[in-house]
Amino acid sequence: MDSALIPEGVKRCPLPLFILGVLAVGAVLLWGVYAMLLCWIKGLNQTNMNDYYGFALWIWADLAVIALGGGAFFTGLLRYLVGKDELKNIINFAVVIGFICYSSALLILAIDIGQPLRGWFIFWHANVHSMLTEVAFCLSCYFAVLTIEFVPLVLEQRQLNKVTFFHHLGHNMHEIMAVFAATGAFLSFFHQGSLGGVAGVLYGRPFAFRESLLVWPSTFFLFTWSAAACGPCFTILVTKITEAITRKKLVGDPAIHTLAKISGWMILTYIMAKTIDTVYWALVTAPEGGFTLGQFYSHNAFYGYWILIAEVIVGGLIPALILISEKGRNNPRMLVLAAVLACVGISINRWVMVLQVMAVPVMPFDTWQLYIPSWQEVATTILPVAYGVLLIAFAHRYLPVFPQEKELNP
Amino acid sequence: MSNHGKKYGMLIDLDKCTGCGSCMVACMAENNVPFKKDESNKLVSITWMRVYRLTNGKPFPDTEICYLPRPCMQCEGEHGHSPCVSVCPAVATDYDFSTGIVSQIPTRCFGCRYCMAACPYHARYFNWYDPIWPKGMKESLSPHVSPRMRGVVEKCTFCFHRYQQAMEKAYYESREELEENEYQTACTQACPAGAIIFGDLNNPDHTVTRVVGPDDAHGGRPKNPAVFRLLERLGTNPKVYYTSTREWVRRQADNDAARGENAGRH
Repeated sequence: MDSALIPEGVKRCPLPLFILGVLAVGAVLLWGVYAMLLCWIKGLNQTNMNDYYGFALWIWADLAVIALGGGAFFTGLLRYLVGKDELKNIINFAVVIGFICYSSALLILAIDIGQPLRGWFIFWHANVHSMLTEVAFCLSCYFAVLTIEFVPLVLEQRQLNKVTFFHHLGHNMHEIMAVFAATGAFLSFFHQGSLGGVAGVLYGRPFAFRESLLVWPSTFFLFTWSAAACGPCFTILVTKITEAITRKKLVGDPAIHTLAKISGWMILTYIMAKTIDTVYWALVTAPEGGFTLGQFYSHNAFYGYWILIAEVIVGGLIPALILISEKGRNNPRMLVLAAVLACVGISINRWVMVLQVMAVPVMPFDTWQLYIPSWQEVATTILPVAYGVLLIAFAHRYLPVFPQEKELNP
Repeated sequence: MSNHGKKYGMLIDLDKCTGCGSCMVACMAENNVPFKKDESNKLVSITWMRVYRLTNGKPFPDTEICYLPRPCMQCEGEHGHSPCVSVCPAVATDYDFSTGIVSQIPTRCFGCRYCMAACPYHARYFNWYDPIWPKGMKESLSPHVSPRMRGVVEKCTFCFHRYQQAMEKAYYESREELEENEYQTACTQACPAGAIIFGDLNNPDHTVTRVVGPDDAHGGRPKNPAVFRLLERLGTNPKVYYTSTREWVRRQADNDAARGENAGRH
């Protein structure tokens, strides 16, 4: 039964071993689901969020997974619109990762709101001035686009593909995928940007507030650019992890190296823009609000200057330099190191824009607030990871995610 | 007085405030602010009016204390968009141009807490818990203010229901305008030291406007050196003014660190 579902010509681990793995990850998933139900039934008092930390671990996780899932839209853009043909070997997997990240983000938002049954108010009573409205609309629409991009992959499953209707439907959807890639890129530009805008428009929070370019704060563009830059690194990283677990080469080097090179240049340009933005903010924007740079990075137990260095230099400049050098990206260890650093760098950026913003005292007689998440928050934040591992495991086992697998593993 | 748009504001004299907390209690009672099982965790408590304790940082016997009551500042940003109003995705909070009051609609709020993140004054409170009313207290809740449920954000509204009641009375008496003290907030009324003055900042006859200064009441930086607002330079344009003759108090309450004037900071 199981062997009939596995794509033809490829080898998979024995079913009992697969089930064992699924059960182990499933246990983590259930732990997260239990915590999620606690939050829904008993309320957000199950978390350690408070009146200072209205945004906390979840929102960071939300922003981080969306940024890391940016590989889907950017790879689609490069494959279908720019015409980087070699990326056809990784685009399926990029879509799977994007689908996981975006569905996780929506799940996190559903847990995060205090009145989940009223979540639809954001669409019904939409405030056009609010960046969160833009986030909700674009995120939902882009998730729909990702689902449309994911469906043909499911329809190509060995048994489903035997059904004539599904076969033709999947084929025709493939044919028009460029339209969805373009739509996805457009939507992603706005929702990645508006997530940056969420922090950038907080003029009452000088650590987050940025001057506007056109009608958007500069964080709008930085978030979009950083997601496009670092998302592919996450795709590469997950591909390499999958290859290590399955002990197979799944994607050819040309696709990986093309993605790595583009990602490297994107990260480099992003870091330049980020540095300019930070300098302008430190010298002009923050002082206009009555603050000095030192006030945001001192007199507290955690948020020192190290975090700025870790984000910009370690998680930005170093991976960029590794990836733009041919020698660096051709060295498998250096490639993985660069991908890890880039993912860490963008995660630090999202952490800072969510949690440090809340921690900084704004009123002069206020003090720094530090926050430690509750186990329920941790469990629900790990929940999407377990869900992602399961989805990738099932997709790898039963769907033709890697078109080069047969060729690379004769 | 007639034909002027109202803009209600407050002036709190910090030299008069004794930190007794009457304003906090009156506010809670007036607005059906709920209790929790454990009130010891102040990071999840609800106090629309909160009293901060400031000190000049000097050792005894030079120590000085100041109590700073902090209601919602009823900010008035560009086009009436206060920090919280422009970010709320569902228009659960709004700026009322007829009174200058920032309203909050609990039944519209779905608890995203973006407004809390936007407010630099921590004047917005999330209902982390279901409200608890001690035995018999449900019967004495104010019928004019809706109790809020778990999972929504709430805040000071300058006792807006009192404004509505005062206006109803005025209409009944064929008047379109309110006398100065017809509409007062609960904290103003309860303050035993008379430290809180409340009125229409657009009405030059009101005491609050006379103290603050008519020009200052229209968003300018107060000319009276004793009058100031919290975090003026952020541009939130609060409608709550403070006054103190003590320089260290004024310095601590404004974020002028960049000018090297804020010695008391951190």
